[in-house]
Amino acid sequence: MAKPTSVTNTIRSLRFVNGEMTQAALADRIGVTRQTVIAIEQGRYSPSLELAFQIAQVFKVPLDEVFQYPDT
Amino acid sequence: MSFNEKSAWIMAAITVGSYVAYLNIILGNAHNLPLADVPYASTLLWTIGAVIVASIVAHIVAAIAAPEDADKQDQRDREIERYGEYTGHWFVVAGAVGALGMSMAELSHFWIANVIYLALVVATLVASAAKILAYRRGFQ
Repeated sequence: MAKPTSVTNTIRSLRFVNGEMTQAALADRIGVTRQTVIAIEQGRYSPSLELAFQIAQVFKVPLDEVFQYPDT
Repeated sequence: MSFNEKSAWIMAAITVGSYVAYLNIILGNAHNLPLADVPYASTLLWTIGAVIVASIVAHIVAAIAAPEDADKQDQRDREIERYGEYTGHWFVVAGAVGALGMSMAELSHFWIANVIYLALVVATLVASAAKILAYRRGFQ
């Protein structure tokens, strides 16, 4: 379960540059609860690929501008 | 806190409370009898009935207290729900196997019924704890 993810994300800064979009507004746009947006932002939950693409679409950026995975 | 996390807390609290109450009643009725001779069936049935009613009432109260969260369940909630139930179900299996062995050994109905009930209690607690930890610590 709680194996920490290596995936990082820039959702918080993307929200900020997109008119200081609230977590609730982003949650409404992608059809999840605000708690889930908070968990994704804090790296406590890795979203499905589909949800990840939906988040990228909201911010109109490629997926790898939202989520990053470190080189091994 | 999401509604599903509240639900996990509700089930954990009601399960612990009801089991403590059940044990108190059974041990209180024991007097000097051997435990296997203590009447347990009606207490057990009333306890299970009370758990069902209490959980329905508690969920309704939680929904009224925060109606904006009550009908929302997303991908993460469903994954955590499945994970919690999967974790807890091993204790139901353990209880069933234990009860099977006890039946074959022709042990008292009291012990068989109470092992099954304990397994259900532990399974609910483990499932609730797994869900709460997944919500609190993270779930990948």
